[in-house]
Amino acid sequence: MMEKPKVAWYWCASCGGCEESFVDLAEKLLDVFDAVDIVFCPVAMDFKKEDIEKMPDGSITVALINGGIRLKEHEEMVKLLRRKSKIVIAYGACSSWGGIPGLANLYDIDEVISRKYLEVPSIENPNKTLPSHITKVKIPDLPNEVEIELTKVLPRLLPLDRVIEVDYYIPGCPPTPDVFWNALQAILSGKLPPKGTVLGASQKSLCDECPLNETKPEKILLKDLKRPHEVIPKPDECLLAQGLLCLGPVTRGGCGALCVKANMPCTGCFGPLDNIIDYGGKALSYIASILDYSPMEEDKLKEVYDKIPDWVGLVYKYYLPASKFGGKVNIKKSKAFKEVVEYD
Amino acid sequence: MSQENFEPKIVVFACNWCAYSAADLAGTSRMHYPPNVRIIRVMCSGRVDPQFVLDAFSQGADGVLVAGCHPPADCHYIDGNYKAFRRLMLLERLLESMGIEKERFRLEWISASEAEKWVKVIKEMVETLKKLGPLKPKLEVTK
Repeated sequence: MMEKPKVAWYWCASCGGCEESFVDLAEKLLDVFDAVDIVFCPVAMDFKKEDIEKMPDGSITVALINGGIRLKEHEEMVKLLRRKSKIVIAYGACSSWGGIPGLANLYDIDEVISRKYLEVPSIENPNKTLPSHITKVKIPDLPNEVEIELTKVLPRLLPLDRVIEVDYYIPGCPPTPDVFWNALQAILSGKLPPKGTVLGASQKSLCDECPLNETKPEKILLKDLKRPHEVIPKPDECLLAQGLLCLGPVTRGGCGALCVKANMPCTGCFGPLDNIIDYGGKALSYIASILDYSPMEEDKLKEVYDKIPDWVGLVYKYYLPASKFGGKVNIKKSKAFKEVVEYD
Repeated sequence: MSQENFEPKIVVFACNWCAYSAADLAGTSRMHYPPNVRIIRVMCSGRVDPQFVLDAFSQGADGVLVAGCHPPADCHYIDGNYKAFRRLMLLERLLESMGIEKERFRLEWISASEAEKWVKVIKEMVETLKKLGPLKPKLEVTK
């Protein structure tokens, strides 16, 4: 019997939604287990780093990696998996471009840590303890204090392809089961497209497959922008024509317009189409082009732009770390958290 | 490079019909202005995608100037400068949130006869950028 292809599945800075999308394959999962051997999957199975280290280089057929690179540990693990794998796939928006956790790149690492461990309303931390690389702990039954070592944090979150070479991308937050299934078929068939291709999704924009596309007027000109909480959109008319900022025109299709079908504008989780320099820049360009104001109406235009409190969050929701700046420029080194390492 | 000897690099996107002609006129009239600008001629300021500006900054430009025809009616393509205006107003907001000082990016209307305005704008911009210093590359972490 021919040996089954080996698959490794690893998570970095991710929320667990990508694993969820794997489970959402439902009964197709049985076909997956028939076709492949899963050799590493920390979310569900007990394998250790040593198990991977013992495998010969290049012996894993495919490594699927989700989540952005936030910690030194992530960096080490993905470098290890790169050595051991023939194909590395960035799975999901975070791994491909940084995703929502990547919005932390708008802040210095000290601000991020203090927000997370001291300021958020749900935290109770009266001693103001911050995580540190080495912590000494007294455990009742042991005579001496023990040292607990935590991994170090990188100053910025990075997309996977800034750390290792990535062969393919599977987009989405999370990728839909269909997209994953299509991609899996492509991988297992052995007929693989050129390196760097986005697997499983469409080559056209979301509008192309959107059920509301027929109702999209030839030319859209808006006097006002609306946010999703302000209106209940009509379910049978293009959301853009109703003044809602849907990122469908600049976003890759393949999801089946799930959000639009639920009356929510597209937020861009399938990322840019091929040959886009910077997703956010492209999105800005298209949004500005459908507003109906001239330079003589500067004040009114400002008012409309002011209605969106966070433009970066809107156009770079999933893309900030992969953008031209990768986040805020001139970020500061940590003062409080000395263990922050500079990425090499 | 020390702050005093710092020579800023400015990328200028100049529209073919107005601003580029103004730069030409400044040249043929032998006006002097600092050599810090790299001019890219575009057919219309409406052709300048915010992506180009982001790209220019990320490849080492310390400042970017987009120059087009005066509204309301100078544009060769009727309303190309309207589009430029809407795009670049929005881009300004994005740049500010990314920590890029707003002086680094300017949108100016310069007609074909305004060689003097061209020279004035470039001089002003070079001066401001010299005070601001270089734009740090994106992965450089400052202390």
